[in-house]
Amino acid sequence: MIAGLKGFLTTIRWVFKRPVTANYPEEHLPVQPRYMGFPALLWDTTADEPFCTGCMVCVRECPTQCMSARMHDNPNFAAGTSHRRKIIEHFEINYNRCILCGICVDVCAFDAIEMTHEHELASYARNGARADLPILLSQGRRWMERSGWRPRNPEKNVAGVALAKRAPATAATKLDTGSGKAPSREDDA
Amino acid sequence: MTTTDQRQVDMMLNLGPQHPATHGVFRMLLTLDGERIVDMEPHIGYLHRGSEKLCENESYGQIVTLFDRMDYIANLNNELVFVRAVERLMGLEVPERAQFIRVLLCELNRVASHLLFLGTYGLDVGAMTPVMYTFRERERIQNIFESVTGARLMHNYIRIGGIKEDVPSDFTARVRAALEFVKRGVDETDRLLSFNEVFLLRTKGVGVIDAKTAVSCGLTGPNLRASGVPYDVRKDNPYEVYPYLTFKVPVGERGDCWDRYYMRVLECHESISMIEQCLDLLPDGPTMTQTRRIARPPKGEVYVHAENPRGDIGVFLVSDGSDKPYRLKVRPPSFCNLVALRPMLLNSYVADSIAILGSIDIVLGEVDR
Repeated sequence: MIAGLKGFLTTIRWVFKRPVTANYPEEHLPVQPRYMGFPALLWDTTADEPFCTGCMVCVRECPTQCMSARMHDNPNFAAGTSHRRKIIEHFEINYNRCILCGICVDVCAFDAIEMTHEHELASYARNGARADLPILLSQGRRWMERSGWRPRNPEKNVAGVALAKRAPATAATKLDTGSGKAPSREDDA
Repeated sequence: MTTTDQRQVDMMLNLGPQHPATHGVFRMLLTLDGERIVDMEPHIGYLHRGSEKLCENESYGQIVTLFDRMDYIANLNNELVFVRAVERLMGLEVPERAQFIRVLLCELNRVASHLLFLGTYGLDVGAMTPVMYTFRERERIQNIFESVTGARLMHNYIRIGGIKEDVPSDFTARVRAALEFVKRGVDETDRLLSFNEVFLLRTKGVGVIDAKTAVSCGLTGPNLRASGVPYDVRKDNPYEVYPYLTFKVPVGERGDCWDRYYMRVLECHESISMIEQCLDLLPDGPTMTQTRRIARPPKGEVYVHAENPRGDIGVFLVSDGSDKPYRLKVRPPSFCNLVALRPMLLNSYVADSIAILGSIDIVLGEVDR
């Protein structure tokens, strides 16, 4: 009898407490800062172009082969506003295959790709889970605004900083030959 | 003269693979004499993905993601055993801080895995309430994992030579706060379920396996300890920082379903105390050794085993010196524990089959690989 009443008391006490569950589609629980959602490509505002040079290292290291990439000559490099010789032309990630492991972010030497907090996959389009370059870049810009993202290696990767470092060398030929390790790696790839 | 047919016909009963209480896609073919089980044949392979073969075509860094998907309830424990195998082959020294964090997270994962078992085992034998409590507490642990590794299930956090990145600054405080709740949750489940009269009737003296049979079947983990064999890899072949930690190995007496269940409750308490010790001892320092980005272990072979929540997991790794393993063989505890299912089931009632199957706590992702 008393044990039964104690049981009811426990139940009644929970009526007045906030539930630990959330009504998902209407209500989103916050994700942790380190949460790894779908990857997106970041935007170098100093040169107004993507960070990504299309070096293919993430494509090779991806365990599920969910990405494809193609590079072309960077017009901004010829104009002298960027230090990247090559720039990404085509990039596609198949979100259905992506397993959110974060290996692409680890291997990227150009601070070009980052795991965002995007994690909702459903879409009305048949090919909706495939993200091409404009989608990836717009998601990356949104991510940069929202998270206050900072490049890990700005001296090497941010065009404005990298060019300013080389500025005392003045001559355009210097820019071609003495551009350090990064462009040569792009050429190899 | 009578024409009555006196022959006795056994009935075949197919349990699974869609049966919700088989914890995945597991089928067992029971031969029944009335309500007694006279024969049992397990059928596995519904979740076979060829992980071991896939490993031969992936680089060492990528294989960690495959190990995440073997035992999908204790991911970090699985990652650790593979990474240790590669490190042993390469002769890498892992910084102490990384080792402590690894062990801490593995023990957290053990608690999370056992909590899941406690809840779902209650469901198996008809107790609806405990699963709500255990999932609530498990959620706190999953939140910690998310804040540390960035993912709730497939972490890819333990890397060859250390861990991916250091824990966030509020890690210690968060774990301590969550542990308070988890401790209370384990006690609450213990009070609710362990000595419940109906639960005792369903599990005491059911599916008994004696120590000798258990050892000869290759049973490991809490299932073996429930039969009274104090075998624990963390004690008998210590790895990482387990020698620094003090803990008891709970041992059962009868080897029945209740003992197997209660081992998990006791192990939760031990793991919680181990996590607290890790937090006290956690040193400062680097979390990653300096290694080449692409791991290329020298030619050779190595066998490494560790204590998973489900038992003794082993990895046999053969390297030919390239960036991909030549052969990788896993000794999955769930698969080996399934061997003991037949001796447990024989001569028991068909109504107890679910209670017995639930009590050995299999994960089909690991059974089939």
